Amino acid sequence: MTTILERVHSGRQAVGERWRGAPRWVRWALLAAVIVFFYALPNKEFYQYLGPIPTPGANFTQVLFTISIYVLLAVGLNIVVGFAGLLDLGYFGFFAVGAYTVAVLTSPSSDIKTLWPWLLVVPIAIALTMVSGVMLGTPTLRLRGDYLAIVTLGFAEMIRIAAVSSEFLKGQRGFNQIPHPPGQYADGKPVFGVLDARPYYWLVLTLIILVVIGVRNLTRSRVGRAWVSIREDEDAAQLMGVPTFKFKLWAFASGAAVAGLAGALFAGKQNFVNSQNFELLNSIIILAAVIFGGSGNIVGAIVGGGLVAYMIERFRSIELFGIELYEYRFLVFGLVLVVMMIFRPQGLIPNRRRAAEFKDRRKEVIVGE
Amino acid sequence: MLLEIDNVSLLYGRIQALHGISLTVNEGEVVALIGANGAGKSTTMRAISGIRPIASGSIRFEGEDISKLRADLRVRRGLCQAPEGRGIFPGMTVLENLDMGAYTRRDRAGINADLERVLELFPRLRERRKQPGGTLSGGEQQMLAVGRALMSRPKLLLLDEPSMGLAPMLIQQIFSIITEINQQGTTVLLVEQNAQQALSRAHRAYVLETGRIVKSGTGQELLHDPAVKEAYLGVA
Repeated sequence: MTTILERVHSGRQAVGERWRGAPRWVRWALLAAVIVFFYALPNKEFYQYLGPIPTPGANFTQVLFTISIYVLLAVGLNIVVGFAGLLDLGYFGFFAVGAYTVAVLTSPSSDIKTLWPWLLVVPIAIALTMVSGVMLGTPTLRLRGDYLAIVTLGFAEMIRIAAVSSEFLKGQRGFNQIPHPPGQYADGKPVFGVLDARPYYWLVLTLIILVVIGVRNLTRSRVGRAWVSIREDEDAAQLMGVPTFKFKLWAFASGAAVAGLAGALFAGKQNFVNSQNFELLNSIIILAAVIFGGSGNIVGAIVGGGLVAYMIERFRSIELFGIELYEYRFLVFGLVLVVMMIFRPQGLIPNRRRAAEFKDRRKEVIVGE
Repeated sequence: MLLEIDNVSLLYGRIQALHGISLTVNEGEVVALIGANGAGKSTTMRAISGIRPIASGSIRFEGEDISKLRADLRVRRGLCQAPEGRGIFPGMTVLENLDMGAYTRRDRAGINADLERVLELFPRLRERRKQPGGTLSGGEQQMLAVGRALMSRPKLLLLDEPSMGLAPMLIQQIFSIITEINQQGTTVLLVEQNAQQALSRAHRAYVLETGRIVKSGTGQELLHDPAVKEAYLGVA
């Protein structure tokens, strides 16, 4: 077991070193190839040659859209959990705020009947989720430790229960006829239609790339250094002159904004939003995805979000000994997580610093015993 | 007077950790705060740096009341603490740790000059500059904590137990460095359990017992005080 793990580890290290050692243009070319691959992926002419990768039990393009939303959410949550080290258990609540803002302001079934176009509402949805993040964060981020986890957990449940029981948010009946994103082809057909999920996927993919560029720039700035210092030792960060509360609030609000964007995209694609879309389980899945991929690392979050969402969908319509595997997807998922936590707690593709922090904490535990 | 603490009390929940302590630090001095475990030495440091809020009394820095000021703003005023023990950033390299010390500063040239100075003071840190802080030994981490605090170019450097857990050789070394830092113009307030070293290096010192200051004087006076000798220097 260990030998295999070691071999995998050294192999991964070698790949990492090769990557860092490669000249700039090689890295850019590889990155471009990966991006082109993911843009080409939802075309049947392309993915039919990919053997077992496409999902047999569901429309692969639809699945890709779902995965892309999860990846966007993982990238957003990674800011909060991975960079600033704040445990947010109710991240999906912000996704719900984004989706419901779009639903209420655009759908004809909404009580206020503003019927605004989708594109106009997207910035409003992002702003509102940010505001809700600040409102939630202001009282709780002053405290240390587990309070934030409990409060965020409560927040997500509050949003869900409000969605289920409030007359204004329409419960299970939900909002229908939410408009799609704008755009027409030359022949007058809309770009973002009902049947073809590809344009939505491409839109989310493009936004993921933009968000990743933004987050990457942030982490390399003073803001990023402040986040890392808070995660590693909040007292020490403060003693170095880092306004810790301000930066925690920033991380929280930026994470929320990304979730709001994801919610708005989801509502614009689905056409329909109701209370069943926002189960607590989703918050847990995204958090697990970030940790699984390697929190604190953007690539890790992307891989984690993508793999977790994909694995769950891939199990559909696979039978093993007469058992529908999809029914047991969370059992398998849980097992994978447990094994990960034992053998690779820092995640698949960890952040260099994060890995060192884990080693350091382990040392601390041994000293404490 | 650089720092003036007047009748400061501090509570941990319902437990009173400091009972109205008063002390002063003049510019250019090394002042030591000695006392047993649990006497409130580290708590005093936390009150000064602003990590714990005080219940009553006042803390004045350069004549201005900073009692209610946030910790990070106190750093900007020139008050920087090297926290006790493992207060470094374990995942950051030595250089990144030192760079965090200069977080409040923007003058790249000055920062680089100070970085060079710190690496001069601690050659060990230069050797390990690319290593994550968490992989350093206890003594090296202590040096890193002191060096990092120096990077903010403080007017007053607060050192919490700089000799804790160090081998005798290293203790000597770290105290020599403290003297050197002081001679280069930084005022130092240090908390120590190693009373012998602290008193012989400090201009003045205070003795803390169960949250109260029970004695003060010059380092030499306290070094020869019979009661201090018996309680803290292990000589009858």
